[in-house]
Amino acid sequence: MPFSISKDEIMETIHMVQDENLDIRTITMGVNIQDCRGENGKITGEKIYNKVVKSAGNLVKTGHDIEREYGIPIINKRISVSPVSMVGDGLPADDMIIIGRYLDKAAHEAGVNFIGGFSALVHKGFTAGDKALFEALPETLAQTGSVCASVNVGTTKAGLNMTAIAELGGIIKQTARLTKDKDGVGCAKLVVFCNAVEDNPFMAGAFHGAGEAESVINIGISGPGVVLNAVRKYPRIDLGELANVIKKSAFKITRMGELVGRVASSRLGVPFGIVDLSLAPTPSVGDSVAAILKAMGLEEVGTHGSTAALALLNDAVKKGGAMASSYVGGLSGAFIPVSEDEGMISAVTKGALSFDKLEAMTCVCSVGLDMVAVPGDTPEHTIAAIIADEAAIGMINRKTTAVRIIPAPGKEVGDWVEFGGLLGRAPVMAVNKFSSFDFIERKGRIPAPIHSLNN
Amino acid sequence: MEEGTRIIITVVGYDRVGIIAGIANILADAGANILDINQTILQGFFTMSMVVDVGKMSVELTDLTRNLKNKGRELGLEINVQHEDIFRFMHRI
Repeated sequence: MPFSISKDEIMETIHMVQDENLDIRTITMGVNIQDCRGENGKITGEKIYNKVVKSAGNLVKTGHDIEREYGIPIINKRISVSPVSMVGDGLPADDMIIIGRYLDKAAHEAGVNFIGGFSALVHKGFTAGDKALFEALPETLAQTGSVCASVNVGTTKAGLNMTAIAELGGIIKQTARLTKDKDGVGCAKLVVFCNAVEDNPFMAGAFHGAGEAESVINIGISGPGVVLNAVRKYPRIDLGELANVIKKSAFKITRMGELVGRVASSRLGVPFGIVDLSLAPTPSVGDSVAAILKAMGLEEVGTHGSTAALALLNDAVKKGGAMASSYVGGLSGAFIPVSEDEGMISAVTKGALSFDKLEAMTCVCSVGLDMVAVPGDTPEHTIAAIIADEAAIGMINRKTTAVRIIPAPGKEVGDWVEFGGLLGRAPVMAVNKFSSFDFIERKGRIPAPIHSLNN
Repeated sequence: MEEGTRIIITVVGYDRVGIIAGIANILADAGANILDINQTILQGFFTMSMVVDVGKMSVELTDLTRNLKNKGRELGLEINVQHEDIFRFMHRI
């Protein structure tokens, strides 16, 4: 086949990688561990360790090879496993903690920085395994460095499990207390979902769903910097035309994900799952979703118009991306994590972005209240109520929403939490002072909405 | 997936004597075949893209890349080596 790419196109691609931070955010290998059940935590943990290390042993090396040969950075190589509450069902909490330690060890051995799947799906109710995992969550998050946990507390089809949400308020507070010397970093590894997806490649919420194959490769793309520069080139065009510009950039970014996914899948001999079309920011300057919204014409993110601008961006990214990949999945929407995006951080410190506006913005994008630090003395019922609000948005709008909230011990509004690396730093945001105690104490289930009855 | 055997080498920097010779020598030593060269000089600024077949090469691609990058440092040039698929995937459907 003749090579017909022009020099300008070649230079465009190189410019994207070198100056606009285009990269593949993550290659995540999902591994089924449901066959790893043993009679206690130690035996189960050992089986999981062996299987993960065997399945994902070449993941990091293959990632590095592709990175070098194709000249495109692949930032993270990660592993997700089947929800541990299912694998360890029937084991007590102490055994769940032991399994968590083995997961941590497996991640270390495979050379990945995070392993996801210390998870439970409780949208309708608790199994014994779910209860044990809940009990084990704070200790596991405190004792391990790379284990990521997630809990699904609601779906559009099942409604919301408010008993689980009430308990999670306490679990998050307890996790923060146990990791108080590191600003409550344990909470940054726990995501509470509504409508969780089974093929999400992004941490901390990744797990290998029950409907997935034995193992699978899922790709998370990145590229806020590419979209940002495209938007900046056209300061005067109308929003319909701007949507088109974003679509074209999203197409190109996603093609990189599709290519890397196909190559990784064929080299590892593992089926290719999906490309996740999320625009994922990092703390580095220029790699910011908030900066795109500003380039669209907002003085700061959080001002009036932010939700509309984000809706346009999110939708255009999906439309462009959907054409570029054979299998789109995961979360697929723009991320607006506070601590991982310099533009979001700046909006909070300038007073432009409030907690309430952030919640409103999550109605039109993925994924939810992500990496939000709140005062350490925030009551557990308030945290549960924040989760309930966010989960309700997901349930009613048939979308995934999530909460990753850090009640930073000893910190007040205006203070900072520092996690470093990809987790970044965040200013502590104010929450509503009025109590939600009696509402949360009612517990029970919020029934599924009427539009779930679509059979 | 069938992976192609061609790479794109791009060179950007200030023009000087011996750029193409330096790069071509490394490629010849490696047994890599140059299929196409496209080069311009704009106000003393040199940009070149080169299509190279590495299918019958005698060294590993990662070693070739390292040699080219070292040459780039020696000549004060930015040299990138990328698999052709990255451009085909991004710019062609």
